Amino acid sequence: MSKVTDKLVTHIKEHFGDSVTVDVAFNEVTMTVDSKDIVQVCTDLRDKPDLAFEELIDCCGVDYLTFGQVEWETGSATGSGFSRGVAETDEPTGEQTGSHRFAVVYHLLSIKNNCRVRVKTFLSEDEPILDSVVGVWAGVNWFEREAFDLFGIMFRNHPDLRRILTDYGFIGHPFRKDFPLIGNVEMRYDAVQKRVIYEPVSIEPRTLVPKVIRKEQQEMQVSD
Amino acid sequence: MPEIRNYTLNFGPQHPAAHGVLRLVLEMDGETIDRADPHIGLLHRATEKLAESKPYNQSIPYMDRLDYVSMMCNEHAYVMAIEKMLGVEAPIRAQYIRVMFDEITRILNHLMWLGAHALDIGAMTVFLYAFREREDLMDIYEAVSGARLHAAYYRPGGVYRDLPAQMPQYEKSQWHNQKEVDKLNENRQGSLLDFIDDFTKRFPGCVDEYETLLTENRIWKQRTVGIGVVSPERALQLGFTGPMLRGSGIEWDLRKKQSYEVYDQLDFDIPVGVTGDSYDRYLVRIEEFRQSNKIIEQCVKWLRANPGPVMLADHKLTPPSRENMKGDMESLIHHFKLFTEGYVLPEGEVYTAVEHPKGEFGIYLVSDGSNKPYRLKIRAPGFAHLSSLDEMIRGHMLADVVAIIGTQDIVFGEVDR
Repeated sequence: MSKVTDKLVTHIKEHFGDSVTVDVAFNEVTMTVDSKDIVQVCTDLRDKPDLAFEELIDCCGVDYLTFGQVEWETGSATGSGFSRGVAETDEPTGEQTGSHRFAVVYHLLSIKNNCRVRVKTFLSEDEPILDSVVGVWAGVNWFEREAFDLFGIMFRNHPDLRRILTDYGFIGHPFRKDFPLIGNVEMRYDAVQKRVIYEPVSIEPRTLVPKVIRKEQQEMQVSD
Repeated sequence: MPEIRNYTLNFGPQHPAAHGVLRLVLEMDGETIDRADPHIGLLHRATEKLAESKPYNQSIPYMDRLDYVSMMCNEHAYVMAIEKMLGVEAPIRAQYIRVMFDEITRILNHLMWLGAHALDIGAMTVFLYAFREREDLMDIYEAVSGARLHAAYYRPGGVYRDLPAQMPQYEKSQWHNQKEVDKLNENRQGSLLDFIDDFTKRFPGCVDEYETLLTENRIWKQRTVGIGVVSPERALQLGFTGPMLRGSGIEWDLRKKQSYEVYDQLDFDIPVGVTGDSYDRYLVRIEEFRQSNKIIEQCVKWLRANPGPVMLADHKLTPPSRENMKGDMESLIHHFKLFTEGYVLPEGEVYTAVEHPKGEFGIYLVSDGSNKPYRLKIRAPGFAHLSSLDEMIRGHMLADVVAIIGTQDIVFGEVDR
């Protein structure tokens, strides 16, 4: 852990005590905050002189629905041989569902102290609602609109929470893990009706490269 | 007295001055703008979601297509994120090559910006001049990667291959006779580094030419001085980075402040504006031309003197040579595994940022320990800049809209992703 990171962790612990959890990985500081405190924590992060995070660099949503879920089991393969292709999974068996399905992640930058911090807050599947921090950093406006559009995370007191990246009249939140990569509808020009129409997709989803997790390889990398 | 009404004006998405597919809904009071509502997303391709369905290396070409006028800088942030997670570092020669190409890319980007910005507000010649130099730089891209635009040259663990010893040359055709071809090939006789070196000697003169056309030009100054003024406090509030932030007088450059690769060993300065208007941002970018040129010169000098590997030899991450694959079983297996399944990253999350020509380009990568990214968030500088368009434009005239879009240096590949 470098000196700057060390100092930052001390300052964060000083100001917020036990109300936040602080992790350091890859020399980056991550604060996990309760979603109810987000505006207060962000205001403090901006205004306290030894934190002074005057700029918000990024804000985005993450969907943890299928975290750690593989498409191809490799552990038992030596005995039984590999399976062919990827079977369709009906039920997500990921580790994080329910109360920790969504996360909103803020990346902050302090120009004064030349350091960065990541603020993370988890939201439940049933109620992905969070207070907007647009009053703390005006620049977060579009980032929150994007998180709403792509993940369906609502931001309370946001001045203008409209869709931003998807098409006019789009249905669904495309970056959720249960939204198919190929989408739900396709569009074409219908010569008979003389207009553009939407239809259910005619292509089938396929997985070109199955997702695998190889613990042995990770451990080897760590030991190197 | 003529009657002046408030009305709503639709601008774009197929307007040449909208720099791509920007649709603006402008509420006008006479010729003054009361409110601007940018509609973006017309170029949304869900790059981040596509990346989630592919092994890490297969997403590198997607990065080129984000900000499609500064391709290699996008790749740089992405490969840096992977390298940070794996805890590996590219060989020193690869780092110099990356820095050199980052700066070539910066010049490419700023040339495009300068030409388009000047064209938008009425100066046609600059566009032609800028594209003359862009041609040489794209030849450099082509010589090293085979592609003029979408290079896919940076790889986790280094760069795809070393700089070629021979610069490709023009050949005689029905359009160019031998005499013309000889003239075109004059500075292409040596290696790629010779060609780049020749370019760095020529380029300061070219920048002088652009400046002659614009810097003291009365029309240029009338269109840019005092247009789109952003105070330093507001610039921070709005999440500005790069030349937009420096134009407002804040000295912040990741190459200096949070140095990556070998930037800490190179000598260059950070230009900073004073008033935060479009003219200051123009001056900042013009000075960046000269500073980038200086960095390229230093890199060329270093690269000439220090041959060495440009890619790590760890074949769990980088492909083995084709020659070895023909005779060595292990190399063949490595190659097969790498190009079918790829490599896995440890569980965790990283954020890496580079000083992209437009500002801070960041990659937030979440991995669950598999061979594909679990979540990839691309922090595009243009997205934050464009979100402030409403604030910058209010109270200005309709004609200033194009000046402000120009000064923001917007490219929709990265805004819409």
